[in-house]
Amino acid sequence: MATGIKDKVAILGMGCSRFGERWESGAEELMVEAFNEAIGDAGVDVSEIDAAWFSTHYEEINVGKGGLPLSIALRLPNIAVTRVENFCASGSEAFRGAVYAVASGACDIALALGVEKLKDTGYGGLPGGLGGTLTPQWSANGSAPGNFAQLASAYRAKHGVERDDLKRAIAHISVKSHANGAKNPKAHLRREITEEDALNAPMIAEPLGLYDCCGVSDGAAAAIVTTPEIAKSLDKERIVSVKALQLSLSNGSESGHNSWDGSYFHTTRIAAKKAYQEAGISKPREQVSLFECHDCFSITEMVTMEDLQLSPEGGAIKDVMDGFYDADGQIPCQIDGGLKCFGHPIGASGIRMLYEMYLQLQGRAEERQVPDPSIGMTHNLGGSPMSNVAAVCIVGAQG
Amino acid sequence: MVGITAFGGYIPKRRLVRQAIVDAHVWADPGLARRGRGERAMCNWDEDAVTMAVEAARSCVNSGGTTPEALYFASTSAPFADRQNAGIVSTALSLPESIASVDLGSSQKAGVSAFIQALGAVQGGLYEQALVVASEKRRVKAGSPGELAYGDGAAALAIGADGLLAEFVAAQSATVDFVDHFRSATEAYDYTWEERWIRDEGLAKIVPPCINQALAKAGAAPADIDHFIMPSTIGRAVAGIARQVGLPAEAIADNLAGVMGEAGAAHPLVMLLHVLETRAKPGDLLLLAGFGQGCDAVVLRATEALAQFKSAQGVSDALANRQPEDNYQKFLAFNDLIRLEKGMRAENDDYKTALSVTYRKRDMLLGLVGGRCTKCGALQFPRTEVCVNPQCRAHGTQEPHSFRDEPASVLTWSADYLAYTADPPSHYGMITFKEGGRFMTDFTDVTVGGIDVGTPVRMVFRIKSVDSRRGFVRYFWKATPAGGA
Repeated sequence: MATGIKDKVAILGMGCSRFGERWESGAEELMVEAFNEAIGDAGVDVSEIDAAWFSTHYEEINVGKGGLPLSIALRLPNIAVTRVENFCASGSEAFRGAVYAVASGACDIALALGVEKLKDTGYGGLPGGLGGTLTPQWSANGSAPGNFAQLASAYRAKHGVERDDLKRAIAHISVKSHANGAKNPKAHLRREITEEDALNAPMIAEPLGLYDCCGVSDGAAAAIVTTPEIAKSLDKERIVSVKALQLSLSNGSESGHNSWDGSYFHTTRIAAKKAYQEAGISKPREQVSLFECHDCFSITEMVTMEDLQLSPEGGAIKDVMDGFYDADGQIPCQIDGGLKCFGHPIGASGIRMLYEMYLQLQGRAEERQVPDPSIGMTHNLGGSPMSNVAAVCIVGAQG
Repeated sequence: MVGITAFGGYIPKRRLVRQAIVDAHVWADPGLARRGRGERAMCNWDEDAVTMAVEAARSCVNSGGTTPEALYFASTSAPFADRQNAGIVSTALSLPESIASVDLGSSQKAGVSAFIQALGAVQGGLYEQALVVASEKRRVKAGSPGELAYGDGAAALAIGADGLLAEFVAAQSATVDFVDHFRSATEAYDYTWEERWIRDEGLAKIVPPCINQALAKAGAAPADIDHFIMPSTIGRAVAGIARQVGLPAEAIADNLAGVMGEAGAAHPLVMLLHVLETRAKPGDLLLLAGFGQGCDAVVLRATEALAQFKSAQGVSDALANRQPEDNYQKFLAFNDLIRLEKGMRAENDDYKTALSVTYRKRDMLLGLVGGRCTKCGALQFPRTEVCVNPQCRAHGTQEPHSFRDEPASVLTWSADYLAYTADPPSHYGMITFKEGGRFMTDFTDVTVGGIDVGTPVRMVFRIKSVDSRRGFVRYFWKATPAGGA
């Protein structure tokens, strides 16, 4: 009988580069920037790292395949480096690899580092990939905003929501993230916006306007993990440990079987349920202090609030408009600006979310600090509503 | 006795308003001012001679009773010069691989020629049934007479011996190397000589003797002809031929110039379908003629069965499913007549197509064939090794099942201004089939606001994307509002 990951692995140190259009930096510089902060925070030497997990998504415009780019950029001492890729959830996947390595006892100290250098494509938005030799010959001619925008059509139909009411709610989501991002010196987008700005922005994919879409950013984030015992032996205080780490992948039923209505994330619901069970959380709306969700688009964040059981089904719009998820609300969401404003360097994002939860739980989030958080959660999603990878991670004070 | 046993037609939904063409070019040619009447049928960016042929042939086959052993495809605008275009049509309709397939082209009479060849093959006993489909999307330069006069369209005829709608009575051909226009193998556009010369030295001298010989073979007098079906974009040319031969003036069939323009090699058959659908009565004699480096003439007699026949989609139905387009820029853009900035995202289409994959998955990609689980009955697309039904997941249980004609409706959608398409915004979404199965698909022939959750859709065969670097056209199926909404 599996006993789960709860309290078996502690975060020893974390680092995150400044996100944004880092024209002056390549992936190498970004990796080093995040790693130097993490290793300094951990207070160990690079020679003490037993193994590393490395996440990137777009190998074509980024660093290429394999674990070598990380090993070479950091001049790691010939340790094992495993490259992982799981769409936009790649960062969570790297973290999972490092955490499981420590939990297994195979490693004392492990590194997870994610990076994405996106701004070398020559155009805005994410680059389109072919997805193999068969997929491009039949799959719809889409983009990320168009895929996620479809949630809105199904959500409106299911819950009888008028387009204007939905537009206002998702505008509020973006206004909130911009307000939070403005307080984050590492964030990509640091300008506050108004609801009118969001509502009147150019249309990208009906009903998502420009401000409903997250930033496309360069960046890297790193986590160094170890056992709680080693963390304590290094005189670490306010140790943050992993409470749950769950991943759920689509198996084609949403996209191929008529049992899904298109208005929610089937996988997020499964991953969240398992994560709460693993962490021993029975009333998430009351127990979760704050969270980072995968707000690639405002509509994604809105339906995810329900999928994470934080808002009742059909109740996210009311919670959003009531300010439940605002910085001063009951469960602050995207307190660091989220993908929306901190930015979304794909391979780094899952680790960036954990970085903010880690800072918050240690009381080091400065202007953004939420009073006395005990449980932080990250939700990192890759793919599209019809076919995706959902990762949910819960962290909290060791013990 | 052999003849026509079923038919189906297709005309693209978009009709370019001629006045829009005139408005764009009248500054250079004041004579155009009076030529702005009516509309010309205009392919959407994702249509070509093959996709239109599939739609016409599909309507013909779906009208019942057709199991062709041979497929004749006629066009002077076939997308592939060396790849059997008829084979694409055949696979798209899941016709058996034992079928014979023939492409004909190189002349504006190719449609009628294909018809005669098919009639002859069935009459001679080579095949019991054959399918003829003629389709045309003629390329024209901006500002050329053809831009106003031509239109896109397709017609399909099933040939057999039983259940005849029209009997084949006689045929006569003539071959004369009269070059009224030409397009060499390496050129994109036609080069055309003077109309008056074409009318007086070509049409007036080549067609009448051929028609007279056909009538003689049929044992019919010119006055017996109830419908004279012959296209020409040259004013009064057909009326002149009728007068020369002695055909009744009222027998001259509507050339549909006002509503669609002339669809090249397909047009005689498009007009034939229109006559069969709207005017021909049992017992009527029909004279069909095609012109181009000679002439092909066919005499047919309508039967009693014609009155009862209803095509799944005829030319008249297709003409009625109409969306006027007054934006001439779209015509220029769709037909590569203007050097447009398409953006870097358009470069994503220029990838090498894995032909081995295209072949392995040919029933899926061309025929929209998915699977039906023989254990739980779940329909699914694509067909896979393991059943998609979460309650089943059986291995190796799926038999082929085509979703071509399954009714479906929209589950989710968006109109995307970011993804590249020649006709923004890119409409796509998840559709669910009424009997089971779903997938995310492109929508086509949709205007902004024309799609919503629950909108009924039907599947149509279209260009998926074009690898412009290697000149490869990729085809797949898309959803379009059912009933031409």
